[in-house]
Amino acid sequence: MQNDIVLSMRNINKSFPGVRALQNVDFTLRKGEIHALMGENGAGKSTLIKVLTGVYPKDSGQIFLDLKGGLKEINVKSPHEAQTLGISTVYQEITLCPNLTVAENMFIGRGEYRLVNWRTMKKRATGLLEKFNIPARATQQLDTCSIAVQQLVAIARAVDMDCKVLILDEPTSSLDEQEVEKLFALMRDLKSRGVGIIFVTHFLDQMYEISDMVTVLRNGELVGEYEVRNLPRVELISKMMGKDLDDVSTIQKRDLPDGKQDAPPVCEAVGLSSTKCPNAFDFRISKGEVNGFTGLLGSGRSESVRAIFAADKITGGKMKINGKEVKIRKPRDAMMHGIGYLPEDRKRDGIVEDLSVRENIILALQVMKGFFKPFSRAEAEAFADKYIKLLGIKTASMDTPIKSLSGGNQQKVILARWLLTNPQYLILDEPTRGIDVGTKIEIQKLIQKLAEEGVSITFISSEIEEMLRTCSRLIVMRDRKMAGELKGEEMTQDNIIRMIAGEAEQDA
Amino acid sequence: MRESIKKIMSSQLVIPLFSLFLLVVFNLVRDPGFFSISIATNNQGYRVLSGNLISIFNGASAIAIISIGMTPITSCCRGQDISVAAVAAIAGSVFVSVLRSNEITVPVIIFAFVCSCLVSVLFSLFNGVLVAVFRIQPMIATLILFSAGRSIAYWINGGATPTVSSPLLASIGGFIPGIPIPTPIIIMVLFLVLISIVLRLTTLGLYTQVVGINEGTAHLNGIDPVRVKLVSFVISGICVATAGCITVCRIGLINHETLLLDAEMDVILAVAIGGTSLGGGKFSLFGSVIGAYIIQALTVTLYAMKVPSAAVKAYKAAVIILIVMLSSPVVKEFFINLYRKSFKKQAEKKKITISAS
Repeated sequence: MQNDIVLSMRNINKSFPGVRALQNVDFTLRKGEIHALMGENGAGKSTLIKVLTGVYPKDSGQIFLDLKGGLKEINVKSPHEAQTLGISTVYQEITLCPNLTVAENMFIGRGEYRLVNWRTMKKRATGLLEKFNIPARATQQLDTCSIAVQQLVAIARAVDMDCKVLILDEPTSSLDEQEVEKLFALMRDLKSRGVGIIFVTHFLDQMYEISDMVTVLRNGELVGEYEVRNLPRVELISKMMGKDLDDVSTIQKRDLPDGKQDAPPVCEAVGLSSTKCPNAFDFRISKGEVNGFTGLLGSGRSESVRAIFAADKITGGKMKINGKEVKIRKPRDAMMHGIGYLPEDRKRDGIVEDLSVRENIILALQVMKGFFKPFSRAEAEAFADKYIKLLGIKTASMDTPIKSLSGGNQQKVILARWLLTNPQYLILDEPTRGIDVGTKIEIQKLIQKLAEEGVSITFISSEIEEMLRTCSRLIVMRDRKMAGELKGEEMTQDNIIRMIAGEAEQDA
Repeated sequence: MRESIKKIMSSQLVIPLFSLFLLVVFNLVRDPGFFSISIATNNQGYRVLSGNLISIFNGASAIAIISIGMTPITSCCRGQDISVAAVAAIAGSVFVSVLRSNEITVPVIIFAFVCSCLVSVLFSLFNGVLVAVFRIQPMIATLILFSAGRSIAYWINGGATPTVSSPLLASIGGFIPGIPIPTPIIIMVLFLVLISIVLRLTTLGLYTQVVGINEGTAHLNGIDPVRVKLVSFVISGICVATAGCITVCRIGLINHETLLLDAEMDVILAVAIGGTSLGGGKFSLFGSVIGAYIIQALTVTLYAMKVPSAAVKAYKAAVIILIVMLSSPVVKEFFINLYRKSFKKQAEKKKITISAS
């Protein structure tokens, strides 16, 4: 067994000002192994990866890599050096250049400092795209591809560089299930060729589907290394959270506020369409109801809820709030009618990076209050303080810039922003994306609590299981149209998948 | 103690204040009497304050006022308006043209100022529409008036460089009888107070920064980025007109070719030195004002050192490179690390002594 080891990290330590991010962490990767790295936000997964790839220097510890003639200690000083040693990384946030073409992105910066032969480059890129079934053209500008395709391009790029160790840092968080399958096929292929893959993920299902081994970290410390097939889910979660999980089981019981769908609708859309959502749709939600939009990536689920909030330009249709017809033409109108919208892309549309947690929390309420009525410092601090405590936001202070918080805590700040506006209808678009299990459960519980208090909620998530647990009614989207609606007993994974695939069956 | 050091280090005002401090110390060492203020009698027979300090504050007023306008533009549009000096020339020309067609009285001066403000805001809005609505990069959009502005100013007064003289104007550009402080300084202070009130009574600061940092978020939280950007250009228009009129009053004539020539570069520098990133985002108005004073102090220092006027710009550039480098994140990180290391060593020493005892 010892000979199979391709990468070994021993007693890695790394501190940041005020935080010990890694304490004596060990990690071992073998040839042809898919090794999951799991832990809550702030557990040290990303730091470990960044130490390995030379983004951060380690404080102490040793890293051994299988080079010609056995394991040798390496001292990686830069990501570029890691790459030449055979350690390739695909990060959660795509780190390619959006305004270059797919082919350029695949071959740029790979240490081949000589004249570029555009034709060969294009040919090789096309070959790779075909090999991995990536729906893109080599000459296409990268930012015209969907996020999922960009991710696949990044992986194809990494794979093409003859790597021994491939690190996938949350690669699936922006992929839909079909695309995840494609990625997994690719991972299995690489595995059979002897590449060691480190798979950082929050998705339990995916971890169980593909991984052989799992290393669990908690608060910067190693919890242990386990064989995946011998580790039950509940045990894994309790290892990650470090406590027994009554919480997990209670939330898994389906305890949904039913029978509220007959109540008068809080928000009703008739024939609504926007520039991004050209097919007019009808929609209604009752007081205290939790419903959800589901469908593949690009099926129009986000675009539909964005139309309700008037985030894109409205091209037609009517909106009724509490039975009265209202004009909602821009986000501020929607906000004034008690609608809140937590966007899908937290980084692009949610946070204001450089501003403090306090400013981020009061933003929406401040806009509703008006330009000439700023909150006093004391008022703002009182609001921020209340919600930091209420949601358990982990931050050094309320004046800390939001960008220095972990993903889950950033998401809580955005949630706080909307809860502060006291909405009657809250749209949560992927609120649990890229955040840890603990926070996920907290958010799911919060949704149920809000619904019990009478807030209507639309919830969107890529994880069908999570949707089934949380929603009492599901709207299934296909090809930018509503394919149908499921409620009560009809809501099963099978039915959803059948409905999503509906049209394909008819064609066949 | 550590917390407060951290707070001070992370403040945007560190570098500008530190640079100003260095300049002051340098001058005090070079000439202990550099900052002494004396009372002199000027050519109109009034007793007024004079000295290097006064001339720094006085000379920087126009630049400082324009940088107050430039700062929000920089913050929310992620770029600079390089046409400010040219628009100031237009505003000055309008001011003079209105003054010359009337007898100069206080109401006429106010009327002329309002006219020049209106014209300046109009031109500034032209820039604003290009930037906010048509999404042209600010530097490209304002390049149009940067090159055309002085020609427009030329037409306003028929190509002449007319003079205006009146004791009233002299008291705006120089001293009000009985008050020993130059009027431009007083106007500058009034401006600062006014802007502080605006920032306190409105959410302009928050909105501007949100738009500058993340337009997507701004839109989804009900802020209209186009409107915020246009407002920033309107404010800048008023600042530019004020600076233009003050300068006209000071020199008593309008020369469309030379009025505030190259001021846009000084203004942009003042904003940068003041701690506002030229790439937009968080801003500090007071930082920009301090930045303007640093630039002026530098100029006055160099003249006092008898540097030939042709060479002043080169010396200025050298010092500014130093300041800008000091405020770069690379250098900042270096100092923070240095501080942390020395702190660690101290802590270790303490540990050793404790364990030894």
